[in-house]
Parts: sequence; structure tokens; C-alpha cells
Amino acid sequence: MSKQFQFKLVLLGESAVGKSSLVLRFVKDQFDDYRESTIGAAFLTQTVSLEDGTTVKFEIWDTAGQERYKSLAPMYYRNANCAVVVYDITQTASLEKARSWIRELQRQADPSIVIALCGNKSDLSARRQVTEEEAKKYADEEGLMWGETSAKSGEGVAEIFTAIAKKLPLTAPPSARSGAARPGAAARTGGVDLNKQANTQAGNEGCNC
Amino acid sequence: MDEEYDVIVLGTGLTECILSGLLSVEGKKVLHMDRNDYYGGDSASLNLTQLYRKFRPDQTPPTELGRDRDYAVDLIPKFIMASGELSKILVHTDVTRYLEFKQIAGSFVYRDGRISKVPSTQMEAVKSPLMGPFEKRRAKKFFEFLQGWKDEDPATHQGIDLDKDDMKTIYEKFGLEPGTQDFIGHAMGLYLDDDYKTQPAREAYSRIVLYTASMARWGKSPYIYPLYGLGELPQSFARLSAIYGGTYMLDKPIHEIITDADGKFVGVKSGEEIVKAKQVIGDPSYFGAGKDVADGGKVRVLEEGKVVRAICILKHPIPGTEDADSLQIIIPQNQVGRRNDIYIAMVSSTHNVCAKDVYVAIVSTIVETDRPEQELAAGLQLLGPVYDKFISVSSLYTPTSSGEADNIFITRSYDATSHFETVVEDVNRVWKAAVGTELVLKKRDVEPEA
Repeated sequence: MSKQFQFKLVLLGESAVGKSSLVLRFVKDQFDDYRESTIGAAFLTQTVSLEDGTTVKFEIWDTAGQERYKSLAPMYYRNANCAVVVYDITQTASLEKARSWIRELQRQADPSIVIALCGNKSDLSARRQVTEEEAKKYADEEGLMWGETSAKSGEGVAEIFTAIAKKLPLTAPPSARSGAARPGAAARTGGVDLNKQANTQAGNEGCNC
Repeated sequence: MDEEYDVIVLGTGLTECILSGLLSVEGKKVLHMDRNDYYGGDSASLNLTQLYRKFRPDQTPPTELGRDRDYAVDLIPKFIMASGELSKILVHTDVTRYLEFKQIAGSFVYRDGRISKVPSTQMEAVKSPLMGPFEKRRAKKFFEFLQGWKDEDPATHQGIDLDKDDMKTIYEKFGLEPGTQDFIGHAMGLYLDDDYKTQPAREAYSRIVLYTASMARWGKSPYIYPLYGLGELPQSFARLSAIYGGTYMLDKPIHEIITDADGKFVGVKSGEEIVKAKQVIGDPSYFGAGKDVADGGKVRVLEEGKVVRAICILKHPIPGTEDADSLQIIIPQNQVGRRNDIYIAMVSSTHNVCAKDVYVAIVSTIVETDRPEQELAAGLQLLGPVYDKFISVSSLYTPTSSGEADNIFITRSYDATSHFETVVEDVNRVWKAAVGTELVLKKRDVEPEA
């Protein structure tokens, strides 16, 4: 019998390191050179099927730009099972920022969270400022997963998310099993789902969308 | 910050965050700032460290209360009416995807020295000690009248005109006793005082219907509550705003509201920076609330009353409530010789707002005397032993103008009501003034369960 899991994955990292591009590549296999800051699409899902038949569904939270002035809400970290902390291999300062996000995660997030450090823009290796050795050494010291990616070419993207998908079921709490997350999480925790009956409740509302 | 915005929003309370979210969805360019380093303003939920920092800066939280991060203590006690206006906004904006809700387990009312459950089913109504058998029959007729009312069908009106006759007239028509009137008006209509009895009955009718519909939605009580505390609500609307391009800055002191020679809004000053926008929306604390002279001497907000609130940490459920994990108790004013009701709102670890075996109850009322804490006595004595207690007296501010003349739109303070209906009324009021049209919620397609 195949197992199913659903996990909340949060993205972190300095502005313009390619957080949204990385997700866009992972979820839709697309890349947009002129993509500006994140607008309108900050809640995506993607399912990874592993060789043993296990499926892992990621519910991916983008920062929606709230990281820019250090204004991420505690809600963002809440119940996150994994975090992808992104830096830009052509910007040394972005690794410094990644380190501070990792400290923030260790402070705010659940202690069982799986953290992956991700060096993006590997297609620009001619302008590299952060060596693989340096980043990997830091990741090993902190017990983080690590990989380099190029959202532009797609290189390494599937690999890092698959690696997370493989690791998570081993460490995650049983509550993440069998795909019951929000809003279906209501069933798990004895809660109520506001979207149910919503149609009849709001049936007489005007609609101008 | 060197850009020009459509709207600057000051303060991240729920009212401001709903407005910010809706304005961003509408395509407005929004800059949202807060002087605090956390979201929620007056409607925040605090962890233990934040709670003690606010009320007892010289004391650290006792270790026996458990882990700091397990706590999310609301500053303002309110619950969400299951079929109320905030529920509609939550569904229509789809922020429900960031939140989980649970029911509040029970709604109680104080009468003749003891508390009784407000019946949530026919069964409970028949057994309820709140009414004698004859009174139950009269009340049944009264509720059948309300449920059967159709505006277009005069046969359902039984000679009553909801827009002319007052509630007193209707109570008398059905021969309801004063205690039953207290129960209907205060525990179901959620009126804080008795002024409604001499007003046209239409509003009381709507409130009772809302209560009944909310009760019917999930049973137990008409209320639902977000896991991790009410502070999750402003955060989720802030996220909505950010997703639609809103810019967020916490920990940003606001030093001045800048106006031109005609008094119209120009921008706000923070430190040496000035940021400009066409309009500003904010809570009263950014517009001179609590200060003798507001900016430039212009009085923008007025105090219209005070609320006293006692946040009480308990190590046991409230006695006489069948160990409910969460509840509301209403003490109608008549029962304790006051003009305004006393409310108790309690939540617990079931709602992920405190450690296991801890209960957080907030007792509140509108201040009537110069000894506000004593006015809560009738509520506090129902709680049993109180482990710790944090008292606050807050002024309720209201803006002196609607804002159209100077593009400065000020929200109202969070009032003493037990739910969010008046918050949504305020959202509607500010939206209409600032945008110029009525707020119409865009209906979203409900996504299929993935």
C-alpha cells in the first residue's frame, strides 16, 4: 500500500535570490527572466512521487515579499515541516542573510523542521562568489541539507525537492500522514471548515468578479 | 520607501489588515506600517514574554506556566459568529487557507446567582432551567414568530411592524417574563444594555436570527475561534495584502502625519524619511489618541467610553460549566444592578493558546464608575481561584470626521462586544469613505478538495 504525506514548505532568503523562480520551476517547470517581486501567487502545491510508491505533496508558502523589511509573520513559520533557505552563489552577502534566516528558523520554527540550504543561479558560475566547499561546510556543521540549483536551466531543482521529500517522512510527525492538511486539517484536529456550506451561506451575495 | 503609494496603512490591527488586504486585491498600491515589532496592534495575541513585558516589565513569566511559545494570549476578547460578516470575509478572500478554526464549546448566561447553558438544541431547551414550563411555551411561540417572519407575507407579521414597533411591544405581545427578555436580548441578541427595547425591533430581529443561524451551523455555540489565537486573523489578512503587492514594515515608528496648507494628507514621517501617498488609513493611536494635543493641534479622535478587561490565567476549567474547554458567559446588567453587561470569554490549550491544563479567561465590561476593576467582581467570582490576573482599562476612540475632506481615514477602537460584527461594520465604513463605493465582496470559486 502506498503512503501519502502532505508537508508545509516555506521559502526563505534575501530578496532577488530567486525564491519564487525556484518554486515556479519546480511547480510549473517555467522560468521568466523578467519576473519582478512576488505578486498574486504565493500558495502553490506540487506532488513528488518516490520510487517506493510514497507520494509527498508540498504545500509551498512564498514570503510574498514580507521578508524585505523583516516583517514575516509568526504564522509563516507555524507548523512548517521544511524550509528551503535560498542564497545566490554570485552574492556572498546573500549567504550571510541565509545564515541569519537559519538562526531565525532555529528560534521560531518547530525543532523537527528539515532545513535545506540552496545555492541558486548555478548557471552564473562565471560570477561565482560562494564556493561549493564553503556552503557545504556550513550546511554540514548546522545539520542542513544542501544543494545548488539553477531556476533558469532547471539544473538541480527536482533533485533538491526530491531529497527533501525522501527525508521528511522519516522525521515528520504522524499528523502529516495521508494528505490531510489545511483546510482538510480541520478533520484531523476536530475543527470546522468554513468553506463548507459557504455556498449556501453566501448564496445571496452580490458578485462582481 | 522612496516611492509614492495609493494608501499608507498605519497599525496592523484586524480592521487595518482587512482593509489593507482588500485594497491590495483591488489593485491599490499599499504601504502598511506598524510601530510595534509584531503584528496585530490592539488585536494581537501575545506570548508569555510579550504579555509580561506589556503588563509587568519588571517581572519574568513564572516557569511553571510552561513554554513561552505555547502561549497566544488575546488582548481583546472576541469570538467569530459562525454565520456573521467576518466569516463571510474570511471565505470570500480565501484567507481561510492560512487558518484553522474550532468551535467555542459553550455559551452560558448568568441568572439568579448561577450560570446556565444557552440551549443549543431543542433537547437542551426543554431541559433548560432558564424557563418554567409555561414560559417555555410562550417563548416557543415567540421564536416561531421570528423564524416564520417573511417581509413579503403579512400573514406572518401577526400585526407587528418590525420597522415601527419596538422590542418591548413584542415581548409584551408574547407575554415574556423579564428574565426571558434578558436572556433573549443579551445572551442571543448580544446587546450590552437595554436601550434596544425602545428601538424599532428590526435590528433585534436580525441579531437573534444571526445568533440562531450561527448556532445551527455547527451546534454547541454560535462561535468559532482560530487556532493559535485571534492574532492569527490580522496576520492572515496581512499576508493576503502582501501577496497582492502590499509592502510591510514592522518596528517602524511614525513621528508625524504631514498635511498641506489645506489640512489634506501628504505623507507620514518616520525618522528622517517622508513617504507620500494619496490617502492614509490608521488606528486611533497614530492620530493623537490619548494625547492632550494632537498633531498640529487638530483633534482627530474622541474618547467615547472605556472598557475594563481582566486577563485571568486559571489552572482549572470554570466551575459549573461541565469543564468546557472554551466558553462565553454573559452576565446581563439587570442581574447585577449595572447598566452594561459583564462578559467572560475563555479559551484553553484546545485552541493552542496556552499550555495544557491552563485556561485563559478574559472578564470585561464597559466602565461605569471610577473604580473599574471592582465592576468586574461579579464576573471574577465565577472563575474560582485565579492564578494570575492582568488588568487593563482602555479608552474607546472614534474619529471626529469621516476622512473624505482630508484623506485621513481613522478606524475605531475595538469595542466591548463579544464578536467581530462591529469590526466589519467599521471596515465597511472606512472602505466607503476611502474608496467611494460600497464594499462588495468578490465571490471566489471554492476550490475542489485536493
